[in-house]
Amino acid sequence: MKKITRRQALGATAGALTALGLTAAAAGATSAAATPAEPTTPGTVDEVYQGRRIQITPGGGGHHGGHHSPGQPTVRIDGRELHIMRNADGTWISVINHYETFAEPKLLARAAVRDLQGAALVPFGGAA
Amino acid sequence: MHTRQNQKNLTSAQKKRFTAAVLELKRSGAYDALVRTHDKYFVPDRDRKLRVGHMSPSFFPWHRRYLLEFERQLQEIDAGVSVPYWDWTTDSSPASSLWADDFLGGTGRTGDRKVMTGPFAYDKGNWTVTVGITESAFLTRNLGRPQNPITLPTAAELQWAIDDPTYDVAPWDSTATAGGFRNKLEGWAAPKSERWRNHNKVHQWIGGHMTGGTAPNDPAFWLHHAFVDLIWDRWQQKHPGSGYLPAAPLAVGDLQRGRVIARDEPMPPWNITPREMSDHRSLYRYE
Ligand SMILES: [Cu+2]
Ligand SMILES: [Cu+2]
Repeated sequence: MKKITRRQALGATAGALTALGLTAAAAGATSAAATPAEPTTPGTVDEVYQGRRIQITPGGGGHHGGHHSPGQPTVRIDGRELHIMRNADGTWISVINHYETFAEPKLLARAAVRDLQGAALVPFGGAA
Repeated sequence: MHTRQNQKNLTSAQKKRFTAAVLELKRSGAYDALVRTHDKYFVPDRDRKLRVGHMSPSFFPWHRRYLLEFERQLQEIDAGVSVPYWDWTTDSSPASSLWADDFLGGTGRTGDRKVMTGPFAYDKGNWTVTVGITESAFLTRNLGRPQNPITLPTAAELQWAIDDPTYDVAPWDSTATAGGFRNKLEGWAAPKSERWRNHNKVHQWIGGHMTGGTAPNDPAFWLHHAFVDLIWDRWQQKHPGSGYLPAAPLAVGDLQRGRVIARDEPMPPWNITPREMSDHRSLYRYE
């Protein structure tokens, strides 16, 4: 399989959305319009969803904020970290969705994209 | 001693005094400090840390004390002001007078969900979000979530929580589903297909800032939680023989020990106990 570059993947996504007459804002709350940007390792997500880039890397460190439990994945939207938290039953919440739980970080990240409505996250730790 | 009124009964003069006092608190910087406090004390129940504000039995007394702090600061500005409550089982439409221009303003506009009406609209110049999660400085809402409609809790859903005679049950977190008024009202004790109920659902229905950790950026937060506080009062009236649980600190070896506040343990940041917060009648009453 021919590996495509991120630029091509992003371009293809934007083009496909345009062809279908869907913009990020009009895609709707339940749209699953997400395109993998490149091959991934297990637990890794790198996709474009409603025009925003979602990147999830498995846990194991790299946090500076000190808010997280060790081993927790890092979720980024357009490069900015989304603060996520795990619940006792294994579900997830984020700073964008504190009162609704999600079964996996990818669903949480997509919900955050829908709620952000194009707004950029503040750099991690900025609100605390 | 003051009275907390149902928001629907406020006169236009009372609405004006309430919103003016809130705006003054915002101008002084004290409001944003309160927003920061709420964000700080939202600890999820997987973390092995003390949970005082949410997903725990102290959900009710912690928010009672938090609202008292807000109300005390408002009263320093205008002694005639108190926090109104919003009964979302009856005033359940975005067309309610609660969301009118002379009170909280309405929903956000399409596109970026920016609130365009009322005293808290960014363009009025008096309400800039500084303790936010996004870079947007304007208040956002999405009343009723029209893209994926949601309805406010019904009187029956509220009664389902109030009818439970047990205050809370082990493991005292979001998974406490063996009964318990606290979790039924906080809203985690719903079937997987439904995901949330009562208090949590109201945050979702308002949308925008109200769905996140900095929910008090929206002044609707206080009216929602004043009703939650009144519901605790109604539960106490209905079950006079029941009280806050756990009554004593959890035993050594209990996984929740050190993570849950018992009846006589101090709640940060004020170091006041649930017992001290369990009777509000010397401080205020509800109409
Ligand atoms: Cu809260
Ligand atoms: Cu709340």
